[in-house]
Amino acid sequence: MDEEYDVIVLGTGLTECILSGLLSVEGKKVLHMDRNDYYGGDSASLNLTQLYRKFRPDQAPPAELGRDRDYAVDLIPKFIIASGELTKILVHTDVTRYLEFKQIAGSFVYRDGKISKVPSNEMEAVRSPLMGLFEKRRAKKFFEFLQGWRDEDPATHQGIDLDKDTMATVYTKFGLEPGTQDFIGHAMALYLTDEYKNKPARPAYERIILYTSSMARYGKSPYIYPLYGLGELPQSFARLSAIYGGTYMLDKAIDEIVTDESGKFVGVRSGNETVKAKQVVGDPSYFGAGKALEGKQRVLEEGKVIRAICILKHPIPGTDDSDSAQIIIPQNQVNRKNDIYIAMVSSTHNVCAKDVYIAIVSTIVETDKPELEIQPGLQLLGQIHDKFISVTPLYTPAASGGEDNIFITRSYDATSHFETVVDDVHDVWKRMIGTDLVLKKRDVNVEA
Amino acid sequence: MSKQFQFKLVLLGESAVGKSSLVLRFVKDQFDDYRESTIGAAFLTQTVALEDGTSVKFEIWDTAGQERYKSLAPMYYRNANCAVVVYDITQSASLEKARSWIRELQRQADPSIIIALCGNKSDLSARRQVSQEEAQKYAEEEGLMWGETSAKSGEGVNEIFTEIAKKLPKNAPPSARAGGARAGAPRGGVDLNKQAAAQGGQNEPCNC
Repeated sequence: MDEEYDVIVLGTGLTECILSGLLSVEGKKVLHMDRNDYYGGDSASLNLTQLYRKFRPDQAPPAELGRDRDYAVDLIPKFIIASGELTKILVHTDVTRYLEFKQIAGSFVYRDGKISKVPSNEMEAVRSPLMGLFEKRRAKKFFEFLQGWRDEDPATHQGIDLDKDTMATVYTKFGLEPGTQDFIGHAMALYLTDEYKNKPARPAYERIILYTSSMARYGKSPYIYPLYGLGELPQSFARLSAIYGGTYMLDKAIDEIVTDESGKFVGVRSGNETVKAKQVVGDPSYFGAGKALEGKQRVLEEGKVIRAICILKHPIPGTDDSDSAQIIIPQNQVNRKNDIYIAMVSSTHNVCAKDVYIAIVSTIVETDKPELEIQPGLQLLGQIHDKFISVTPLYTPAASGGEDNIFITRSYDATSHFETVVDDVHDVWKRMIGTDLVLKKRDVNVEA
Repeated sequence: MSKQFQFKLVLLGESAVGKSSLVLRFVKDQFDDYRESTIGAAFLTQTVALEDGTSVKFEIWDTAGQERYKSLAPMYYRNANCAVVVYDITQSASLEKARSWIRELQRQADPSIIIALCGNKSDLSARRQVSQEEAQKYAEEEGLMWGETSAKSGEGVNEIFTEIAKKLPKNAPPSARAGGARAGAPRGGVDLNKQAAAQGGQNEPCNC
């Protein structure tokens, strides 16, 4: 530990591992540390022993759940959008060589007490039970409009200006019912709230197109998932970092972020050793999150997420026995401000024993009784064999890090995918390096 | 036409026992006296032709230095078909480390994994601290393959990999046996690279 590094990375969550990998590839000398003896931080996948140690330290996992090593239970429920930004980073960095992916079998949305498949194009919209006959025709016209849009061809615009007109205006033009707007805005554009409706329509348009193009890539759903759980993602980027010279230390106590008299970062103290570096980047838990304030406030809390990890012995009812699924309950459908998400995976993805299904129900907390808030989601699951509930604050950095060389990532939010994680990677990169992150294809020849 | 089988091989052992040098000798028949810690190469492949007409392609995972502070990811062991655990015959402490890696393999890896214990730096036998008898006895007790190698001279290197290749089971269909994630089209999975290349057709959002 007597060397000096360019960057110390604290925490091995996905955001930190992507950054660590990209920084090492860039030629930076990186030291990557974690207080835990496993990779992944808040984005880890845990075996049964680790899961019980975290949620029920006084209990051993029951033998009837099967072998410990068969489990990789995600702590945060997210899927990878097939044509999304995380996929681009995976392909550009070549870490796909360490991973194997499977499709998520179905994407569902809740409407009027029932769940149905989310239609992904005008053809499916016509067959969907989500809409009546006349509404289907209107939806078909709406999807044709989106698919046909060409910026340079005003004839495809039908009088709409995506950069000026709001999404509400677009919905009104096509006469779509509120329930249809719910599934389009929440299950396809994947907005958590309805705020998008009063903003210019382009981002919503882009998100719907991302959904439909992702859907078209593999067929069953727009989502893919790594075998052995999401915890494989940080591990694969950690390996990328190590291959490019990054040094890894797990199970290492981080006792102090050492600064000079002007508050600038100097190093990290662990026990009576201090290791120096020019910059530090890490997740909020290494910078005072959740602790009584001592010294400078580095992170701010902005809301809480509740997540219920549910162990089921059957697939979710109404999903055609899908081995994996996403179900979105749009906020309007249950009189909330934020959507409720269900993400379900199973032994098909090598994350649990055979005939076990792991469903995580989550939402942003709106009241002082968060467990009641996820009831509409829990009710869709049928009999719940066991559940592990957590309520986690979401933290965001209080400062950009430009002044003190301390760069903090954001907590994993309530969205059902990794797009905001990649946004955070881009944001932190720009704050640390000063230029936009440009993904370069690795040019080393690793094949002999 | 000869049948080819693909297997994932992981390397383990204390830092500086010569893991990377051993692979460099096996894969490229090269040796570098002042080789620094592993950088940039963590995914080498080499094919061994066997007398029975089959061939074995090893997909070799180097530790990339993550072993130094006991921070090797579970992903490393995942689906490994065979492991070469390396010690340095001039450092008795490195055999102790090898023993702890073997325990780790028995705990984390698939029970059917084939493990070879490999005493490297046999060219430095004048400074030998680990006798052949001691290492061989331990290997027999644990049911491991054993051999001594010199990555520097090349002695014993091809032999140990060939012995492993012979011992690997070749009853399963070649593609399904492969350990790694990139063994061609994964079973029922999706290939991101392929699909990414195929993209850009009619599903492209727009030309903006």
